[in-house]
Amino acid sequence: MALRFEVLGRFNRARAAQLTLPHFVCQTPLFMPVGTQGTIKGLTNDQLEEIGCQIILGNTYHLALRPTSELIDELGGLHKFMKWPRAMLTDSGGFQMVSLLHLADITEKGVTFQSPVDGKPMLLTPEESIQIQNRIGADIIMALDDVVKTTITGPRIEEAMYRTLRWIDRCISAHKRPNEQNLFGIVQGGLDPVLRDICVRGLVERNLPGYAIGGLAGGEDKDSFWRVVAQCTAALPEDKPRYVMGVGYPLDIVVCSALGADMYDCVYPTRTARFGTALVPEGVLKLKHQVMARDTRPIDPACGCMVCKNFSRAYIHCLVTKDAMGSQLLSYHNLYYMMKLSRDLHSSIVYGKFPEFVCTFLQKMFPEGEVPEWVCNAMEVAGIDISSCCSPVSSSYGLNLDEKAHAV
Amino acid sequence: MKFAVKAWSNGRARVGTLQLGSIEIETPSLLLSTQKGLPHFISPDLLSSLPSPNSRLLQFSPLHFLDGISPKTISKIGGINQMLGLHDHEFVAIARDSLQCLPSHDGSNKFGPSFETPCGRRLIKPVEYMEIISSMKPSIWVTLADEVPAWVSDKRNASSVDRTVKWLDECIALRQVGEVFGAVVGGSNEQLRQHCAKEVAIRDVSGYWIGGFGLGESMDERPTLLNDNLPKEKPRLTSGLDLPEEVLQGVATGIDLFDSKYIHHITVGGFALTFPLDGIESKISTFQPGDIGSEQVKINLRATVYRKDTTPLVDGCSCYTCKNHTKAYINHLLNVHEMLAQTLLELHNTQHYLGFFHLIRESIKAGKFERFCQRFIADRRDLLVSAAHAGVSQSPLPKQEADYMTLL
Ligand SMILES: [Zn+2]
Ligand SMILES: [Zn+2]
Repeated sequence: MALRFEVLGRFNRARAAQLTLPHFVCQTPLFMPVGTQGTIKGLTNDQLEEIGCQIILGNTYHLALRPTSELIDELGGLHKFMKWPRAMLTDSGGFQMVSLLHLADITEKGVTFQSPVDGKPMLLTPEESIQIQNRIGADIIMALDDVVKTTITGPRIEEAMYRTLRWIDRCISAHKRPNEQNLFGIVQGGLDPVLRDICVRGLVERNLPGYAIGGLAGGEDKDSFWRVVAQCTAALPEDKPRYVMGVGYPLDIVVCSALGADMYDCVYPTRTARFGTALVPEGVLKLKHQVMARDTRPIDPACGCMVCKNFSRAYIHCLVTKDAMGSQLLSYHNLYYMMKLSRDLHSSIVYGKFPEFVCTFLQKMFPEGEVPEWVCNAMEVAGIDISSCCSPVSSSYGLNLDEKAHAV
Repeated sequence: MKFAVKAWSNGRARVGTLQLGSIEIETPSLLLSTQKGLPHFISPDLLSSLPSPNSRLLQFSPLHFLDGISPKTISKIGGINQMLGLHDHEFVAIARDSLQCLPSHDGSNKFGPSFETPCGRRLIKPVEYMEIISSMKPSIWVTLADEVPAWVSDKRNASSVDRTVKWLDECIALRQVGEVFGAVVGGSNEQLRQHCAKEVAIRDVSGYWIGGFGLGESMDERPTLLNDNLPKEKPRLTSGLDLPEEVLQGVATGIDLFDSKYIHHITVGGFALTFPLDGIESKISTFQPGDIGSEQVKINLRATVYRKDTTPLVDGCSCYTCKNHTKAYINHLLNVHEMLAQTLLELHNTQHYLGFFHLIRESIKAGKFERFCQRFIADRRDLLVSAAHAGVSQSPLPKQEADYMTLL
């Protein structure tokens, strides 16, 4: 085990902790930006540090293709290659294969896929995934799991869950650098509480440095989503970090944190920036919209980031989608927003102000009190009283973030 | 604005000091090329890593904002410095921009010049131009010019001079802010250029913009065309002289400020400038033929030879990129099409080119400009020739630098 996890404060199920990793001492809850290929959307390392990024995520599948894990290893690991001084996490590569390559096929041996380079069939085994991640050298590495779509039902879910448990042992024995890298296991089991329970117990028995809740954020309904998170966080050990994979909407992060999760990753903040969308406390702001051409306010007047300190919505409007600088600046702001959210979650829990923080957050996002029902239900389980920011009849269930754009 | 010539060398090459708003710089100097006021890939927070004060003079084209943001909104924001959050920088407005707003001589008429812009061909009348200038409040602005290519008839050339002088009067009559640089044109006709220069010189301008270059004239005819007999006590600015050799030609005839796209072309092509800046003497002796890629003029970071090269772009370079990153990392970023490659290359190339201008000034102060020019041009030619012999596909003539041609 190459990490230390100290809980600094709690509010019911929510916790704020200090996570000490080989390369950085992190404060949780935390959001991890995705730097697929050893960089994050035109931002320099200095900028990422300025923004407050603590852990960045690298995609094993992409890095193994280019520049290859052998080259990264030869040049001293990914930290040294990209000169990133803080913490890093790599995924197993399995999810990328299954989601990016149509011809991926999962057997007991591993994930078979067609090489995007020469079209030849290739096999990624749990052993190989760990070996590649050992070469890349991130602080946290992820076990290869059998990924299935959350929307799938039937025996395939059960098969995937048991296979994930069998593969974790292969991952553990293949892991050559347990004193420098932390192997996280991934809880699978779809939306089935029984399967999730078997998987959590199985993984906890292995006494891993940390645990991830996988198979979510794949299009399942929000009520199922938070219930799986709530079930898993309740069953996972108190003294180990819990990572909800692929979660990145600010609202989801607040809900999961209330339920006791600690870490998140998502391409959403940078991807949405590319389409000209900024994250703001009220939801999202579409900078492409014509009214922005005359709007001389910053993206978020309350934001302290370099972009909001310097630029108006009108100027960003004239950059977005036409110039590379537009998405670079929006990515900067959006990541800053996510990091600020992480810091606010952490400090509000530490200072015993978590319910107040949640209420203020919900009030800004749902000024009419139209807090979605799933959020109300999750908060009830989390023991957070949000009655002050909910309208008596919550009717706008299902209103998504993007639809709210015009309300801003 | 204050301008004073401090030293002469080789007849007309000169070093001056230019005091403009918050900065005082020595000339000859480079205006950093921008897209909508920001260097193409460098966000404002990174600008401070460039050597000051010579990196604080920025070129921009007011035409970039034609369809994005109205003069009224820009006025409301408070002008270009305010709009970009760059309070320690000085802006120079030049309508023509050799990347996106090219003069289209056959679209111009007596009412105004015409440009090919990203929003189609646009005729800009002095009154519209001055409305934009008044809203942006640049430190220096150049009057509208009817720029024609080298091959037009004398008749067309004569009308371009008449129009340019007429628009100069119209622009001056409407001026509200900033220092005016009067446009001098005349294409490839020496007499017409002299005539235009005379007309501009008797008007109330703070400096001169020598237009019509980079439009098909040969390098050999430039010295005569640049020999304009303009009064010596005011600064001269030119656009379209990009390559180091062209800059030296300009300096030799007394140009003080250069609006050059060289860095942009080099950067987008994936190149880093590497020609030696340590005095004028060293170099050829240290050059190893056969050492592909290090031919010392510029290097192509896409070359596979850099895959594992853990050295900086230029040993001892103090730029952000060289202090932090390796050739191998930039090679990887280029391979995976990540924008950080351009950001890092633009930072290095800008600093390197500013270093070149510094050398020019030092050589003039030492009274050795002619020798510097000869050595520099000969060295570069030799290096290009040796590189060609060593198997690098690079033509010996600077004007035909492969990347330059393909990017135009
Ligand atoms: Zn911001
Ligand atoms: Zn450098």
